[in-house]
Amino acid sequence: MTGESPILAVSDLVAGYDPGVAIVKGATLRVAEREIVVVLGPNGAGKSTLIKAIAGLVPISSGEVRLDGQEITRLAAHLMVRHGLAFVPQTENVFALMSIEDNLQLAGAILAPRLKAERIEATYALFPDLARQRRLAAGRLSGGQRQMLAVARALMVSPRLLMLDEPSAGLSPKLVEIVFAKLADIRRSGVTIVLVEQNARAALAIADRAYVLAEGRNAHEGKAAELWGDPAVAQLYLGGIRAAPQGGRP
Amino acid sequence: MISSLNLQLLDLQFLADGILAGAMIGLGAIGVTLTYAILRFSNFAHGEFVSFGAYATLLGSSLLGAIAGGFTEPIGPFSFGWGVVLAGLVGMLLTGGLALALDLVLFRHLRHKAGSITVVIASFGASMALRSAIEFIFTSRPAYFSRELQIAMPLGLGVKITPDQLLLIVIAALLVTLMHLLLTRTRIGRSMRAVSENPALARVVGVDVASIVRVTWITGAALACAAGIMVGILVQIRPHMGFDLLLPFFAAAILGGIGSVPGALIGGLVVGIAEASAVQTIGAEWRGAIAFLILIAVLLVRPTGIFGKPA
Amino acid sequence: MTVDLLGQGLVAYGSFFLATALSYAIICLGLNLQWGQTGLFNVGVAGFVAIGAYASALVTTPATSAHLAGYGFPIPIGWLIAMVAAGTASAFVGAVTLRLRADYLAITTFGIAVTIHLVALNAQRLTGGPFGIGFIPRPFAELAETPLAFSLANLALIVGVLTIVYLGLERLARSPWGRVLRAIREEEAAAVSLGKNASLYRLQAFALGGAVMGLGGAIQAHFIGFIAPDNYQSSLTFQVWTMLIIGGSGNNRGAILGAVLIWGIWSVSGTGIAAIFPPEQQARAAALQIVAIGVLLSATLLFRPRGLIGELATVSRHIDGGAELEAERQASP
Repeated sequence: MTGESPILAVSDLVAGYDPGVAIVKGATLRVAEREIVVVLGPNGAGKSTLIKAIAGLVPISSGEVRLDGQEITRLAAHLMVRHGLAFVPQTENVFALMSIEDNLQLAGAILAPRLKAERIEATYALFPDLARQRRLAAGRLSGGQRQMLAVARALMVSPRLLMLDEPSAGLSPKLVEIVFAKLADIRRSGVTIVLVEQNARAALAIADRAYVLAEGRNAHEGKAAELWGDPAVAQLYLGGIRAAPQGGRP
Repeated sequence: MISSLNLQLLDLQFLADGILAGAMIGLGAIGVTLTYAILRFSNFAHGEFVSFGAYATLLGSSLLGAIAGGFTEPIGPFSFGWGVVLAGLVGMLLTGGLALALDLVLFRHLRHKAGSITVVIASFGASMALRSAIEFIFTSRPAYFSRELQIAMPLGLGVKITPDQLLLIVIAALLVTLMHLLLTRTRIGRSMRAVSENPALARVVGVDVASIVRVTWITGAALACAAGIMVGILVQIRPHMGFDLLLPFFAAAILGGIGSVPGALIGGLVVGIAEASAVQTIGAEWRGAIAFLILIAVLLVRPTGIFGKPA
Repeated sequence: MTVDLLGQGLVAYGSFFLATALSYAIICLGLNLQWGQTGLFNVGVAGFVAIGAYASALVTTPATSAHLAGYGFPIPIGWLIAMVAAGTASAFVGAVTLRLRADYLAITTFGIAVTIHLVALNAQRLTGGPFGIGFIPRPFAELAETPLAFSLANLALIVGVLTIVYLGLERLARSPWGRVLRAIREEEAAAVSLGKNASLYRLQAFALGGAVMGLGGAIQAHFIGFIAPDNYQSSLTFQVWTMLIIGGSGNNRGAILGAVLIWGIWSVSGTGIAAIFPPEQQARAAALQIVAIGVLLSATLLFRPRGLIGELATVSRHIDGGAELEAERQASP
């Protein structure tokens, strides 16, 4: 971390769906501009809840979230895109009953019409697969294409910060490679990325830094390369690298 | 004898009556289907939007008529004057307001959990209260927009239609087309479809769900008001007019597939035509059971309806 | 002498009031089984009550050209048939809709009530049409000459039936069957693991609840001696729902309390209207009465969804998804 102020600062966040039942019990994150930061941890650690809380989908009981210095802790979820924060959920991340075109049109709704049209064309240029079937209902796309659409949808508003919840979920290893390569591209174009991942191997390959969450709290933090090389950390926390019997999935 | 045998082989009057009734049912069914899809509950008070709309328009047109006689002058070949038209537009706004008020005071607090049935109970209670309030204020005597009698013009094939009926079918078709265009071509329409599919994702992409909820109430209520005005012009205005249409509304919405505007219209037409043919064959008093039979049939055969998403 | 007569009159009136209120309580108990214990929303209560009333009336009245049947069966047989008829109709509706969304049950029951009313009104040869059915045999008819004894005897009968129904339903709730039902209602996962069987339990509860409603309708029919289609409209459904919600849903005692209370309010305000308003305004005033009750119902749903004596735990699942329960847990130390 350099000395400049972080683009995302999460401090002692406590959050959960039911009031009084906290899933995130005090998490802290700092993300600098143009970094790729990954949040790892065993199943049930609260990674997903954390990122959803930042996005405004899960109620926050205490702590704060700052985007570019501005507090967004209690900001309504639908206003996040206006502040430059785009989120790609893990499941149901496109409108399956609406066409590809409609998905993009909706995502660009907060833009001026001409800008929106430009962005949509740019998206089609980047994803020719989607361009070819723009009238197709998004639900008819393959898993990988759907993921692409979800990411493309998030990029429509040219976000400063892109957050993704397990982008590799349900994808074949080859597709995971493609998706993560795309993420690296996106970072090169100036977007900061935070992702929650179960597949630690793929994530650490492109990440700069990583946080490890366990039982709703920070358990570890460091440069991606360090974590990659630390067998103790891998054994304790990262179910993805070794087969960890620890509470997580086999 | 021969001439009486030669009878209604091609009397398609029931078709005309059915399409007319179907248009009115369709307009109401659209509101029901949108409320169900976007707000996730069956609003038993929707019939009351129809009645309220008719009575509000009646009040407005009477007021205008009292101010200046010109407002009651029938427009051209139609039975109603500009008073009804202007009052009708205001009536749509007022009915929208009623829907918003009901949501604000009652429904909003009860519908927060998906699948909560309490809000449906509340809507049933609200429907009783509204209907009775209308009865209290206006009594149960039937009322009319105008006393002008209309002459039915023959269209061929045994079909006769009055200028009012023709105009109102055209207007209904226009309204439905506008609704369809709204849903498919505009930002608001896409947002509504998004919320009906996945409200959380809609928020994530920037849709203000609360605002969409308001739009849903207003459009559904405005269409219900239009249906009420149609019934008021073509038949009469009574406190129970909307409630009597509630079952046909539900049947049409479910037949067409919840969430589908074209489906609601087609469902309405099917119910309307079925009712009209029943009137011809087994008698008008059984009309009310037709919607129920259609409902049962749909639930047994294909519960998701014509355009509904498969379970 | 006059005091004595007045006393007798009051007792007679009181027992008439109570008997009517308790007949509503029976209907409420049926509704509670469907809603409070199974979470099913029946918007067509009036229809199932009507089925029970008409079924019993048709088979117990003497033969007549005014309507069908007229077998002159004894009253208890009539009541039994009422329960079977209403229970069967409920089973049919349940079979069609229980596997679908909860709203669809509401809409279908609504449709049934509308259709039943239509049939009662128009199938004149079957049901007597708008004139209804008269000369329904009344229990203890031999006491009709002494109004006091007659009222008290009928009251005792209704209290007896109510007690049996109440005890039966309470017993059922504590039985293994009832425990499964509660598990299904409170834990969706339990419902899922039971698979199809969850639907079967719900169906049984719904059918039984409907049968009890039919019994209530039959009892009312025989108590008054006369029924007509207009007795069975949405206002009846509305009354019964209000009784249950305000008394306390999920709770059989709440059902009985609500019935007596709401019937009390209804009667008193009805008498007040008859006393205060001139005849031509009474229909309008009656409409206002419904508005008031509707507002009362809405307020209860908003501010005290468990009603007067409903248990929080059993009710909160349906009514507000557990949030109220959670809030209570938060508030206590």
